[in-house]
Amino acid sequence: MNGKQEPKLRVNPVACSGHGVCAELLPELITLDEWGYPLLADIPVPNHLARQARRTVTDCPALALLLTRSGTPG
Amino acid sequence: MTTIAQQGATADQFEPRPISRLLPPPGRPALDLAAHLRRHGQIPYRGRAGQLIEDVRAAGLTGRGGAAFPMHRKLSAVLAAGGRPVVVANGAEGEPASSKDKALLLLNPHQVLDGIQLAAEATGASDAVLYVALDADKAHWLNHLIAQRSAARLDRLEVRLFVAPPKFLAGQESALVRRISGGPALPAFATRRVSERGVEGSPTLVSNIESLAHLSLIARYGPAWFKSAGTPDEPGTMICTLHQSDGRVDLAEAALGTPLADLLDLREAGAVLIGGYHGAWLPAAGAARLTLANSALRRHGATVGAGVLAALPAGRCGLAETARVARYLALESAGQCGPCRNGLPRIAAALADLTDVTGGRRPDPALVADLDRWSGLVYKRGACAHPDGTVRFVTSALATFESEITAHRRGRCTGTITRPFLPLER
Amino acid sequence: MDFSATALWYISRATGVVCLLLFTAVILLGLLVSRQGKLPGLPKFGVVHLHRYLSLLAVSFITVHVLSAVADTFVNISLASVIIPFVSKYQPLWLGLGAVALDLMIAIVVTSLIRSRIGRRTWRVVHWLAYACWPIAIIHSIGAGPDVQSGPLLWLTVACTAAVAIAIAVRTAAALRTASSAAQIRQLLAGPITREAASR
Repeated sequence: MNGKQEPKLRVNPVACSGHGVCAELLPELITLDEWGYPLLADIPVPNHLARQARRTVTDCPALALLLTRSGTPG
Repeated sequence: MTTIAQQGATADQFEPRPISRLLPPPGRPALDLAAHLRRHGQIPYRGRAGQLIEDVRAAGLTGRGGAAFPMHRKLSAVLAAGGRPVVVANGAEGEPASSKDKALLLLNPHQVLDGIQLAAEATGASDAVLYVALDADKAHWLNHLIAQRSAARLDRLEVRLFVAPPKFLAGQESALVRRISGGPALPAFATRRVSERGVEGSPTLVSNIESLAHLSLIARYGPAWFKSAGTPDEPGTMICTLHQSDGRVDLAEAALGTPLADLLDLREAGAVLIGGYHGAWLPAAGAARLTLANSALRRHGATVGAGVLAALPAGRCGLAETARVARYLALESAGQCGPCRNGLPRIAAALADLTDVTGGRRPDPALVADLDRWSGLVYKRGACAHPDGTVRFVTSALATFESEITAHRRGRCTGTITRPFLPLER
Repeated sequence: MDFSATALWYISRATGVVCLLLFTAVILLGLLVSRQGKLPGLPKFGVVHLHRYLSLLAVSFITVHVLSAVADTFVNISLASVIIPFVSKYQPLWLGLGAVALDLMIAIVVTSLIRSRIGRRTWRVVHWLAYACWPIAIIHSIGAGPDVQSGPLLWLTVACTAAVAIAIAVRTAAALRTASSAAQIRQLLAGPITREAASR
């Protein structure tokens, strides 16, 4: 690990119910698959989207979206 | 093939050559407690937590449950986490094609139970659970053995027997932790490793029972002895479940690095399944040149896994076998995650559709593209590795049985026997 | 009668009615969110945001409703009795229920404001208290407010209650109708493979 604290989006797939609100709020990083479940871009959240990402995490009705520092186990 | 000649086998007989570290030699029964102690001596407790871990590291023991994770790192992580660790010996063996753990429990239970005690001491554990999917009779018998050992003051920590449901995912690490903690045997989305936070929130060592049995042998006979079988990178032996092409199921303990052709009779086989239902199909000709070692198998997309090897007899439709197993895997999904719940049954239904050429029916050729797309959509999008393993299994089948798929698209099947080969029941 | 006292009393009653409407809208929107529904002309996140916005608006109105009732000198309602149920000297039962509803509302709102910091389970459990909070508030308004016991405001209360009851019934029916995940899987395994690529 290079020690950089770059935030990455992660979804808790058990909690996710496919609302799709996240893809509306952060289309730059999130799209929906053909069943309505989120596909997350596999890159750290760019600085200019950080605030939007935090709001998207708060707005997920199922609280299934997470913002983690890369390197967190799962 | 030279390997079969070396075996000294006759033209129509094939016997995999066994090593007897864990499994008694063929025909010999399990050792009772007294005989076990005479043969191996008392449990070599080290007297302090952590003492055994260096020997385990030197021996190079990796997990025998499928993931091949270095055992010393697991032990160190749990010890470092502090608190009141729990040791869970995982004997759930949810894979229907695997019976090595059940056999080990019946044929060498004391080596497993010794391993639990040693792992508990090494990690400073205060609780030990033996998690198994057994019927009531066998569970009762195991409890009797545990009581016997307690009475003889062998075990320093009392082992709790916990019966697992007979489900494919029952032995999955987070499902196991959830079950033992009082919840359902379903995988959980984990943000922390079980070595930090597992059963009832305590640091937990989850280890396959065969791994623990090897641990016990290492404690008794030392790392050098352990490394005297196997390869330098992958030392030791592994118990394998061998599905021979004539329908026989053998259990054999083999050194890692053993040529697959020494374990499976590949003379009548068209394809080989390596690593069970989350493993990979390879053509028999290619598999005949490979060994039971991840270093050899990885570049072909396969791993040793839990030691399940199956030789698909010629005359069987590999696509049909794959479709049957894929349906089983879809039904065994926990159903918690959208991509898995949606993708696996669609993949299975597509495979079933591709398989069906009754009356010269021609399946829709676009199904293969659908299979690829759905496989891509489920990969790594679940809480556990069930969709990932299923994708590996299906993708390898699409490659290995490519000519079969081509035939099916023309409404023909090369298989002549429709009787199922791979088991779906335990 | 002191003019300001009368004004405060009217303010309390008026804001009470507004709260009835706002909290009804909030719970209806909450039910819509859980059904993954949309409002015409709004994106899906609009339902989520409207639910949150109206609930914060309702908090403002509740605050005025409560404080004006306390400030009003015609009846003696202490500040403590607003939070602690059933200690009021005036209408202890009906105001007590109001205090219960207020306490539940505070719990729901506070946990929702910090929802990404507390665990998912904690937030959900507290949020479910909304199903207790709303009926208790309705009963409080009927018991404590002579306005709603007859006339147009009674009809308004009946309409709100009916709307929420229907919405809950629809939500429950949908949940019961949704096949279990095992049944969904079996359905997909049995049915013909739909040409989903073509339909998208």
